[in-house]
Amino acid sequence: MTAYIIRRLLATIPVMIFVALFVFLLLHLTPGDPAAVIAGDEASPAAIEEIRRKLGLDLPLWQQFGIYVSNLLRGDLGTSIFSNLPVLTLVKQRLEPSIVLALSTLLVAISFAIPMGVLAAWKVGTAIDRVVMGFSVLGFAVPVFLIGYFLIYIFAIELHWLPVQGYQPLAQGIGQTARSIVLPAFALGMVYMALIARITRASMLEVLSQDYIRTAHAKGVAMSVVLLRHALKNAAVPIVTVIGIGLALLISGVVITETVFNIPGLGRLTVDAILKRDYPIIQGLIILFASVKVLVNLMIDISYAFFDPRIRY
Amino acid sequence: MAAAPFDVAAVPRSREFEWIRRNPTIVIGAAILALFAVLALIAPWIANDPLSFEPLNRLKRPSAEFWFGTDQFGRDVYSRVVYGTRISLIVGISVACIATAAGLVIGVLCGYYRRLDDTVMRVMDGLMAIPAILLAIALITLMKASLFIVIVAIAIPEIPRVVRLVRSVVLTVRGLPYIEAAVASGTRARLIMTRHILPNTVAPLIVQATYVCAAAILTEAGLSFLGAGTPPEIPSWGNVISTGRTFFQISPWIIFFPGVMLAIAVLAINLVGDGLRDSLDPRIARRM
Repeated sequence: MTAYIIRRLLATIPVMIFVALFVFLLLHLTPGDPAAVIAGDEASPAAIEEIRRKLGLDLPLWQQFGIYVSNLLRGDLGTSIFSNLPVLTLVKQRLEPSIVLALSTLLVAISFAIPMGVLAAWKVGTAIDRVVMGFSVLGFAVPVFLIGYFLIYIFAIELHWLPVQGYQPLAQGIGQTARSIVLPAFALGMVYMALIARITRASMLEVLSQDYIRTAHAKGVAMSVVLLRHALKNAAVPIVTVIGIGLALLISGVVITETVFNIPGLGRLTVDAILKRDYPIIQGLIILFASVKVLVNLMIDISYAFFDPRIRY
Repeated sequence: MAAAPFDVAAVPRSREFEWIRRNPTIVIGAAILALFAVLALIAPWIANDPLSFEPLNRLKRPSAEFWFGTDQFGRDVYSRVVYGTRISLIVGISVACIATAAGLVIGVLCGYYRRLDDTVMRVMDGLMAIPAILLAIALITLMKASLFIVIVAIAIPEIPRVVRLVRSVVLTVRGLPYIEAAVASGTRARLIMTRHILPNTVAPLIVQATYVCAAAILTEAGLSFLGAGTPPEIPSWGNVISTGRTFFQISPWIIFFPGVMLAIAVLAINLVGDGLRDSLDPRIARRM
């Protein structure tokens, strides 16, 4: 087990080196002078020269990459061009709303999708099954911003139950935060729910057709115990995998959802940086999101061994 | 074959009906897509200029004159949505073609030449680690925004998944005796790849291409919605939705109509994809 974890850890190194190289080259692969790109269309030659010197763009490329990586390893993600603040500081300021949004979405999606999938598998072929499957087909098609604006229109503008947009930080009390995060979490959670419900149903159907389930029924084990203890635990590996794959969807979705609901998180930071062409922020955020994704994949691989002790690498 | 004394024409017709009955999702999806394609083709005859604006008609509700209402510049949302069909279809189909073609070439080469495999797959793993929308945004911001750049930027993050799919098929096939026989009989590598290995990848690739197409249409809309996609003067659905952002509380129709069109288009493509997957690969069909 330990050897497996170590081997998986080592395998992430080349991936992260590639990501760092890609992000680094992003500026250099563009046609034209990176310093001029950063400075913008209306910069004077002196300003461009200033940026070139400040960012070390006059050094040889391999040396620049060396400096970039060693900075990354020390936790230095670069400095914003416009606010002159370290990217890491900006990220820390925006971290809370994004994490709260991501975790609530995960919570909403899992707590709705797994019961839906189990129910559909149990009642396979019935109207309940067809409703769940219909929902999951629809969930893949409707874009998050359409669901978002739809929910705002119904629950905030028409019914006045919840705030229209914005985010209340945890410091103001968890109740306020919850009120401001319910709609974004459901909007973002819809596609995720569809994905998890579909795979839960498929995985459960496969397990439910096996002999030991029939044995459990024959012994007179209660239906709920068969479904949850005997079947769901053994159906868990594909479900956990899909929850992990879905995290990638979640990261892309967070950027759009935060824009729809005006949440000042990492997604807004990304969009603002794009609109202002603040490249160090964009580069830093790509590194950050990619690390999260690699880390999640690592955790999924390790969790396999927990859910299915037969898996040994 | 002996001359049979029955109505020959009746046979294929009943087979067609049988096929439709067995694959209702493909037929429904394809019918909707055909409708969208027609809409895109005849846009100039059924819609007005999507760029013309009349400041007097700002933020008008949907009416007999403006079916889908107008936006804050007094542009007709209906005309913009109809023209947007073109952009979405172009983006979806182009991205699907580029990603599948590139993925196919890289995947076959990787699966066949083991020495290439390690390096290329590490690069693919790295590409997959970067969230698709961020990768696309990064590529678009660095180049001058145009529809072509948007298409390329959406296609690149989709390539690794296609590569993995093709590679896994090639790896399965290349261990089979008939490939060994071909190698033993001195068939050239290029011929083995194109004639003996490639045909096996076609079915899963077609299914994958439909999903890439649907994802591309959603990503284009998402990028344009964020203001980082198709240039704002091109009326894509994402751009129409983006203009509706500021005024959605008083004029939700600017977002509603393109959003619903987007959802229907993606739904139709997914229906075709699911249907194809079920009929091409019955093994998966039973599980999903």
